[in-house]
Amino acid sequence: MNCRCIILRQFKELMLLQESFWQKVKKDFRINRELYLLFIPVLLFYIIFQYGPMFGLSIAFKNYTPARGFFRSPWVGLKHFKNFFSDYYFARVLTNTVRISILTLIFTFPMPIILALLISELKGKRFSRSVQTITYLPHFISVVVVCGIIVQLTSSSGAITKFLGHFGFPQATMLNNPHLFLPIYIISGIWQTIGWNSIIYLSALTSIDGELYEAATIDGAGRFRQLVSITLPCLSGTIVIMLILAVGKMFNVGYEKILLLYNPLTYEVSEVISTYVYRKGLLEFNWSYSAAVGLFNSVVSFALVYLTNKLSKKLSGSSLW
Amino acid sequence: MVGESVKMKTSCSERIFNVCNIIILTALSLVILVPLLNIVFASFSDPVVVMKYQGLMLRPHGFTLSSYRAVLRDPNIFSGYRNTIFIVIAGTSLNLLLTLIGAYVLSRKNVLWNPFLMMMIVFTMYFQGGMIPFYLTVRATGLDGTIWSLILPVAVNTFNLIVMRTAMASVPDSLCESAMIDGASHTRILFNIMAPLCQSTVAVIVLFYAVTHWNSWFNAMIFLRDKKLYPLQLILREILIQDDTTMMTAGSGEDLGMISGTIKYATIVVATAPILCIYPFLQRYFVKGVMIGAVKG
Repeated sequence: MNCRCIILRQFKELMLLQESFWQKVKKDFRINRELYLLFIPVLLFYIIFQYGPMFGLSIAFKNYTPARGFFRSPWVGLKHFKNFFSDYYFARVLTNTVRISILTLIFTFPMPIILALLISELKGKRFSRSVQTITYLPHFISVVVVCGIIVQLTSSSGAITKFLGHFGFPQATMLNNPHLFLPIYIISGIWQTIGWNSIIYLSALTSIDGELYEAATIDGAGRFRQLVSITLPCLSGTIVIMLILAVGKMFNVGYEKILLLYNPLTYEVSEVISTYVYRKGLLEFNWSYSAAVGLFNSVVSFALVYLTNKLSKKLSGSSLW
Repeated sequence: MVGESVKMKTSCSERIFNVCNIIILTALSLVILVPLLNIVFASFSDPVVVMKYQGLMLRPHGFTLSSYRAVLRDPNIFSGYRNTIFIVIAGTSLNLLLTLIGAYVLSRKNVLWNPFLMMMIVFTMYFQGGMIPFYLTVRATGLDGTIWSLILPVAVNTFNLIVMRTAMASVPDSLCESAMIDGASHTRILFNIMAPLCQSTVAVIVLFYAVTHWNSWFNAMIFLRDKKLYPLQLILREILIQDDTTMMTAGSGEDLGMISGTIKYATIVVATAPILCIYPFLQRYFVKGVMIGAVKG
């Protein structure tokens, strides 16, 4: 008797709960109808242009041809992935991607931090303001023009080529030389980003409590000691976040810049996964194959962000989510 | 005595450090400026001198405007500028409208589906379909080949949307509630209360969107076929990267090989000068934008 009663009550509660969920949905829609109506264009954008391509990724498992269209192309399973992994170019594009992004991390990433530290040590307001304005400048030049400038300056009659000629460099188009592609890419990257990326560290530096330095001076800590014991620990949170973001972008290395700078003579060092996707898909029309390569790229880069985030949470407590 | 000598020592090493610091930063500023100045000076210089010149130009050698005349004669530069200005204005307006709407809706409390919608939107920041499916999607919508293919597929930037949403969420609820009681609709609250209150964030994301449109070329390259629709950056790519100066040198009567070098320098100046002229005035908004993004992102 008692037992049955309890079961009955639980059943009733369950029914109520379900009912109340639908009631909640209905009530919510009644109250917030205007908000939902407003949101429709944004929702449409996300469905069509963000989730559309995600479902479009299924062509990586099909033999897509425009004639058969999206739905009627036959499924082929992992064929394209197997082809990619056994492709002669697989090792090449993977090594190039990893090499370029690691070199960028080593050489380009620390520069803005150093610049911010140097600027923050300046006494004169006007001098520091003009250094900032000048170093931010390249950020406002579009990537096409930056690459145009690079091409001009390093061509066989370009100013940099001629300048280096005084030191015995050959007078030939520098971008045709596989040994020079990476230095040009990295150095111009530093030129583009050193100023702009220092903003974030500068603002982190100004938020450090001045009393910390006063106390350290009284305790007899020199400038270097203050840098190691106060400034760097205070900056570490910002540095870690920026590092996670940089690692997340590793597999999307500035492909726009590479597309603009590379040519068949330097493919052996300059072709990365994303430019390979572009070449295979949009120039050679291997839709499914290049979609498979792109999917591989997205998955690896998602895994990288996830792992670095987890690692940094464990090590330093700062993370993206 | 001892204390004094210690003080002397630190102030002395301090002074050496300060001098070195200033020297390093001056050198860095020069390294950043010299390539740009070289371009500007070369564009005004005599093409013959530029051909033979050894090293970086630190002043104009000879003075001529012939390369600028050639650049301004090129109809592609004009149509490129026109298309880019249209894309920047129309694109940024749509960006702003949708971002405001999206941010407003997502920042409301007590909306049942908001957490779900937010999750779906944030997910797109970390995982995307990629280049090929994106291209095929845009082609399926029939937008390719039109200028709208450069506007609609990039109508919302998730990062900017989240920045805007955070700004709106920090506006006190009481303001909206009292407006609601007075009978204002959500649309009215959004445009008459929220947008003005979040002015500085709005300014920042407008700048971000406008700069993205101004700089973008890749989508134009894959979606457009008609050269009359090309934005400026794509025209620049043809001239600067693909080395195509025929439109400018045609019928100029001057030595083609000579002038095509300085023409490229002049093109760079013509395409970049407007931005670099407004930039010092907008710098603080951009800097603010970096901060907002950093704190909220």
